[in-house]
Formats: sequence, C-alpha cells, structure tokens
Amino acid sequence: MTLQAAPDPFVIAGTGLGSRLLLGTGGMTSPESLARALQASGAEVATVAVRRVDPTTRYSLVEILDGLGVRILPNTAGCFTAADAVQTARLAREAFATDWVKLEVIGDDRTLLPDPIELVDAAEQLVDDGFVVLPYCGDDPVVARRLEQVGCAVVMPLGSPIGSGLGIRNPHNIELIVGQAGVPVILDAGIGTASDACLAMELGCSAVLVATAVTRAEDPGLMAAAMRDAVIAGRAARRAGRITRRFVAEASSSFEGMVGM
Amino acid sequence: MIHSPAEPGVTTVNGEPTPAIDGATVADVVDVMCRSPRGVAVAVDGIVVPKSTWETTTIAPGATVEIVTAAAGG
Repeated sequence: MTLQAAPDPFVIAGTGLGSRLLLGTGGMTSPESLARALQASGAEVATVAVRRVDPTTRYSLVEILDGLGVRILPNTAGCFTAADAVQTARLAREAFATDWVKLEVIGDDRTLLPDPIELVDAAEQLVDDGFVVLPYCGDDPVVARRLEQVGCAVVMPLGSPIGSGLGIRNPHNIELIVGQAGVPVILDAGIGTASDACLAMELGCSAVLVATAVTRAEDPGLMAAAMRDAVIAGRAARRAGRITRRFVAEASSSFEGMVGM
Repeated sequence: MIHSPAEPGVTTVNGEPTPAIDGATVADVVDVMCRSPRGVAVAVDGIVVPKSTWETTTIAPGATVEIVTAAAGG
C-alpha cells in the first residue's frame, strides 16, 4: 500500500476536508489573483472578514467563493472585545448561513496579538450559542487547553504575528499544543514561505491557514501551489516519522566487506 | 466594531444619516444597497434580523441599521 493510499482524514466538527491548507483572503490585490490562488492552493475553505457593504464594489467576494465551491469561513477580524466578536459572529452566521466562525479577538493594535481573556470568554458564549468555533490564539499551551475545554472545534495558534512572515518563532510550544490537544491544531498567522508551512505540518499540526504569504507574494498563484505541496510534504514527513537528531555522524554504508588497504 | 456617530433620533444606515428609509422594510433597503441578498446580514438597533423576516420588518424612525457582507480578510 502506498502512503498516498493510506487514509488520513482531516475532519473539523464532523466535516471531512480534502485539503489541509486553508486560505485567507486578506491582502488580496484583485479578485482575479485571488481566484487563481484559490484554485492553485487546492484549499476548500477560505476566510473572509465581515464589513459594512460598499455599494460601489464592482465584484462580490461571496460570488467568487461560491463559484469556486469554496466553503466560507467568516472571521471576527478587527474585534477587540468578546461582545463585538459575538455580535460579528451572529451577523456572519446570518449572512453566510454557516455556524463556523474563525474567532479573533485582538488585544493590541500594533502586534495584533490575541487577547486570551476576551477570546476564551467569546469562545464560550459562541459554543453555547451553537457555533463551531475556530479560535485564533497565541502559542500558549495553557490558553489552547482552555479553548478546547470550553468546546472549540479546533485551536489555531499563531506561528508569529499576523502578516509578519516571521514563520514559527516557538516550534517547541506548537509541539506542546499538538501533544496535548484532543482537537485539530491549525497553524495560523506568521507563515512567510513554503518551508514554514511544511514545518508546521512536521511539528504535528493538522492543517495550516495562510493569507498574506500567498496574497502578497509576487506570484500568488505560484506561492499557493508551493504552499499546497509544502503542506502535503510536511504531513507525509510527520506520518513517516523522522530520524533522531545526532551530534555526530552515523555511517549509512556498512564497513563490512571493505577491500583491504 | 459598529458605531453610529449620528444624532439621536435620526435613522442611520452604516453610520450615514438616512431618514428617507423610515417605514421601509429591511428587504427594501437591502435591495437598494446590495447586488444580491446572498452573503448579506442586517442588524437593526444591534439585533440581527433573520432573512426570513426581512420582508415584514420595517425600519422605525431613529433606528440604527447595519448592513454587512464579506470583505477580504485573513
């Protein structure tokens, strides 16, 4: 049996997904480049923000995503309090007819780091209200555990600040979160290039969410394809089981049968 | 996230004073402001109005109406 044939389902709240790459639409430069990137990425889920309608807009993001058959994952980007995030999630549920919400509650407008207190509060309210909550959180294993305890469907720790492209600054914490989690861990924020996404998967994350690294790349379609391949490679490497790191060499060729010299 | 800077008593839509819509239904307002009702949600005075009641919900004078949809976002 080949590795590719082995079953390796990725399931969020009972829904199976065919791709472990989720795409954020933030930072997109045109609807055409977004559509190309989405197709190249193979992503089945794309995040959107909830904003006041602009009657002058010449395209509809919802129509683009519907047309590509991509599931809309609304987020609560821009919210600084649990109350605002809950209200935004309720509007999103009505707008997009989905119970899924990527919960973001920001605590600082310079770093855009999450506010863990408001986040757990909002998560608990939304779970009680029937939402499937996907919370964007820091890389703190204790906060991740609290989010799981209040009923979140996944946890989404950052690798580094949103849009920074700094990659995974604390891989040890991501491994700790993966090691304790009973729900899927989706690495969110900070991915800069394909190797970052690959590392997230090698650390044991179930999936990766990428936005700026793709939408602001010089060639978003090509970067989306690179991310798709990186996530597949990283997942395979994780499942294959890497070798132990050593401080000195270990010969891969046997010395037995060497010619006498 | 949603704030209305208008004077009290004046109906607003997405923060803009819009007294002309007093008495209109939510469905009427969406029809004017949006390409399609798909992907749109409306809150009146902070309460989300279900799509099933857009046709029968009228905007009272002084109401604060918010109409939202999807925008690019991570």
